[in-house]
Amino acid sequence: MEKTIFGYVWRFSRQQQITMTVMSAVSLPFLYLFYEVPKTIINEAIQGIGVEFPLNLSEKLTFSILGLDIPLLGPFDVVIGQTPYLLLLCLLFLALVGVNQGFKFVINIYKGLTGERMLRRLRFELYSRVLRFPLPTFKKMSQGEIIPMITAEVEPLGGFIGNAFSLPAFQGGYLVTILTFLFMQDWRMATAAVALYPLQLWLIPKLQMRVNLLGKERVARVRRLSNKIGETVQGVQETHAHDTSNFVLADFSNQLFFIYRVRERIYRQKFVIKFLNNSIQQLGPFCFYAIGGYFVIQGHLEIGTLVAAIAAHKDLAAPWKELLAYYQMQADATIKYDTVVSQFGPAGMRGPEYQLLEPDGLGPLQGELAATNLTLTDDQDVAVVDGVSLRLPLDKRYAIVGAGGSGKDELALLLARLLDPSNGNLNLGGGDAANLAEAVTGRRISHVSASAFVFAGTIADNLFLGLKHRPVGAVAYTGEAAEQRATYVEEAKRSGNIDFDVDADWIDYAAAGVDDPAELRLAGLAALKSIGMDEEVYQFGLRGTINPGERVDLAADILRARTGLREHMAADPALLDLVEGFEAEAYNMNASIGENLMFGNPVGDAFDVEHLAEHEYVLDVLEQVGLTEQFLSVGYQVASTMVELFADLPPDHELFQQFSFISADELPDIQALLQRCDRANLAALPGEDRTQLMSLPFKLIPARHRLGLVDNELQSKVLEARRYFAEHLPAGLEHSVEFFDAEKYNAAANIQDNILFGKVAYGQAQAAERVGALIGDVVDELNLHDTVAEVGLNFTVGIAGSRLSTAQRQKLALARALLKRPDVLILSEATTSLDSATQGRIMDSLLADFEGRCLIWSVQRASMAENFDEVLIMRQGRLMERGSFDALRKSNEHLKELLESE
Amino acid sequence: MSLNEEVELLRKIPLFANIEPSKLKLLAFTSERLTFQDGQDLCVQGDIGDAAFVVVDGTADVIIDLPDGSKLTVDQIGRNAFVGEIAILCEVPRTATITATSKLETLRISKDLFFRLVNEFPTMAVEIMRYQAHRQDATNQLLTAANNRLRELENGAA
Repeated sequence: MEKTIFGYVWRFSRQQQITMTVMSAVSLPFLYLFYEVPKTIINEAIQGIGVEFPLNLSEKLTFSILGLDIPLLGPFDVVIGQTPYLLLLCLLFLALVGVNQGFKFVINIYKGLTGERMLRRLRFELYSRVLRFPLPTFKKMSQGEIIPMITAEVEPLGGFIGNAFSLPAFQGGYLVTILTFLFMQDWRMATAAVALYPLQLWLIPKLQMRVNLLGKERVARVRRLSNKIGETVQGVQETHAHDTSNFVLADFSNQLFFIYRVRERIYRQKFVIKFLNNSIQQLGPFCFYAIGGYFVIQGHLEIGTLVAAIAAHKDLAAPWKELLAYYQMQADATIKYDTVVSQFGPAGMRGPEYQLLEPDGLGPLQGELAATNLTLTDDQDVAVVDGVSLRLPLDKRYAIVGAGGSGKDELALLLARLLDPSNGNLNLGGGDAANLAEAVTGRRISHVSASAFVFAGTIADNLFLGLKHRPVGAVAYTGEAAEQRATYVEEAKRSGNIDFDVDADWIDYAAAGVDDPAELRLAGLAALKSIGMDEEVYQFGLRGTINPGERVDLAADILRARTGLREHMAADPALLDLVEGFEAEAYNMNASIGENLMFGNPVGDAFDVEHLAEHEYVLDVLEQVGLTEQFLSVGYQVASTMVELFADLPPDHELFQQFSFISADELPDIQALLQRCDRANLAALPGEDRTQLMSLPFKLIPARHRLGLVDNELQSKVLEARRYFAEHLPAGLEHSVEFFDAEKYNAAANIQDNILFGKVAYGQAQAAERVGALIGDVVDELNLHDTVAEVGLNFTVGIAGSRLSTAQRQKLALARALLKRPDVLILSEATTSLDSATQGRIMDSLLADFEGRCLIWSVQRASMAENFDEVLIMRQGRLMERGSFDALRKSNEHLKELLESE
Repeated sequence: MSLNEEVELLRKIPLFANIEPSKLKLLAFTSERLTFQDGQDLCVQGDIGDAAFVVVDGTADVIIDLPDGSKLTVDQIGRNAFVGEIAILCEVPRTATITATSKLETLRISKDLFFRLVNEFPTMAVEIMRYQAHRQDATNQLLTAANNRLRELENGAA
């Protein structure tokens, strides 16, 4: 990147900078006129000095060139008196105000846009450089440092870039214009006004230099601070585990103190500069009043000229101040640019073409993977991989065996071209691998490490990530969208950004050997199956929701499964007690009163279960069917039972969480409430108490809580309320509840609940497992297993896959690597988080899958190498020996040791 | 069955006979009422135990897996029996499999709840000791009988 910010600005926005400067220059004559006119108004139009009225404008408005006076109005005579002349000049003044402001407006907008585009370019450049950093760079540079550099630190540069050339040009021109004006009035006075400028020009840079150094220190310190914060977030578990919060806080406080100290010094310096500037600036008026006044008294100067000169000097202060501020801003921007850019060019960074190049005819890799004297040294010059030479034909399966620190994982990274060797070279399929674009290595080779990363998004997003190299089909935009897209592309080009459409289809179906998204999802499931994650994804699917409007067929299938489940249950009396189905005309003993009343799932917050007792419509429904008093009475009984049972339990007792009627915090309130209310006259309770009592019955589940409060009468009234609730649902609320309907898919419930269409009964042994098995049977009978699993692909995995277990993340990374059907699959201890049975299954499946293809597996235990075609033994960075497992286990002492130590 | 009926039922079980009704109510409310179908296992030998059971109604067999792979039914339990406490008291895997031989109504008392009750009600701890002692006695008698039988057989063989 360019060494200085001016170089960068000049290279990428030369034309805009020139345009802005030209615009500034063009605006200057108008500015001059703007200062000239008031003087003419006072001297000529008001005082009549040097003119005689009536005045012939033709004689006045002439343009002098080569000693000839050319009248601007041509041969026409326009004669006007003094007052119209005054008015005319005033109108001209007004017009000039408009013109000058217009220039300012246009220039400012142009400036702003130029700055923002340049900022976008700079950020993009920095970000794309991060993607080309050699991996070891990230050992020294944390995300906590990189993030503020690309976001906050370069932010002020945008403002500066817009001003880089035009501000000094404009304000400088402005200053020169005013100075010219002043000098034309009276050179002595003008000289007096600028007499102190040289002093400022000498002094300010000296002071500024110190501020600059402090600025650099400040940037470095803030960066360290954000690194610290990043580290704290990542290591928060350790902090708690070892009670080091205070140490961490003290360290943070210490950093803050140093930032404060730097800031303090910057402030002092800055305000010293400001103080000096302003003081020197005020010496100007002093000169005008003293010297100019003297001249007026002596009759050497007209008072109008002095007034105009004072006005002009006042205006002189503005551009001069701007120029000084610009100087400081420029110093600040230069520091920021230098400190950021110097971080973004680490040694060994790959060129942009390495990433962007799309080679023609990306055929499969053939032949062999050959390394000659492959060496990798770490930052302490220790050879981690030391002169490894090998030839690996691409039709075999290799296990790399070695102790920890033997360099086997680094070798795997080198072979995958993820690390660049310090020495030696790698030849892949007949070409020097150093020249291969990422498009070749990233598509023909898969590498999975022990700490494979899962991105936020769905399982599908992660699974198909390895197929997203560049957009394969353009989206057909029409109308406004097409215009927006065109603007997008144009803007991207203007700021040197990539203009690929992020909304286009990026998936390289051919790479996965499929033709369309539907086949791809099946291929994805197959890949998950081969590493044994299909069952987990199926479970995610059961707990997932679909939009029945979009997936009509699936919704219909689920409804068939619902019927199938009913038939199964009807056929087997042992199953009948397991699930209590929803029936429009029957009270469901395993559902809460709230659920029985609504007879549907709430959508959104309107009918949130926790707040049903506060909902106007719900209260109205209760009132209409005459349930209010009964609800109060049941609420009272629930409350008194809870108080009786839980009163002497410690507040943190888990029973409070298990039985969620009343939390420990609420219990004293409820106790007080029960004491102050009159059981016989509950209806008279004030609003809040009433709500509190009323809210309790909604959560009551007869089969679970067994309080004997839900008798037949209450049940039939709730059924009545259920009907009333559905029939009189006010407009605007009809989308707030998705009613249970035996014939309809319930969009607000997950797939499992849709199949179940009821409640798993309480009090039946192993009910959940048996129901799960039953659902599994029904789903299998209808051939829906894969369809449900497909829904599971839409499961969102959370930040960095945090909703998945470590084992699941590792399996997902393996499936992702398999899906793109690589010619070479390289695994670095990629199954460490899995239990040994799963590990064995995956290994068998992969070994079978890669029969006759290239699989390179750096195994964590030597015994895992048994079934590979060939074993490479690494020791202290060197390739010790290679051969078949059976031969080596007899001859190689190191392998023997490794096997024995297991 | 409602909570109050359950409390009445619990009171009839010797183990809980001396516990005041309000605490029995808490026990009934917080323990899970579980129904097992004929043939279902309450617990399986070797599994980790997290609860004990009080049989409210029905019958079950207590079965032990022998080293030779065969199964031996060592006991038949019915109403008011208290089973499954060994695994949670001694933190050992289940020592036997219990299989329902009819529709079995139980009260499942989780490990936490069980320890809470024992801590709070010494009478219950004593009751459990008494119960265990009875069992011990029964086992001793069985052992003695078995020993005698073994000796007879050995003598006969000699």
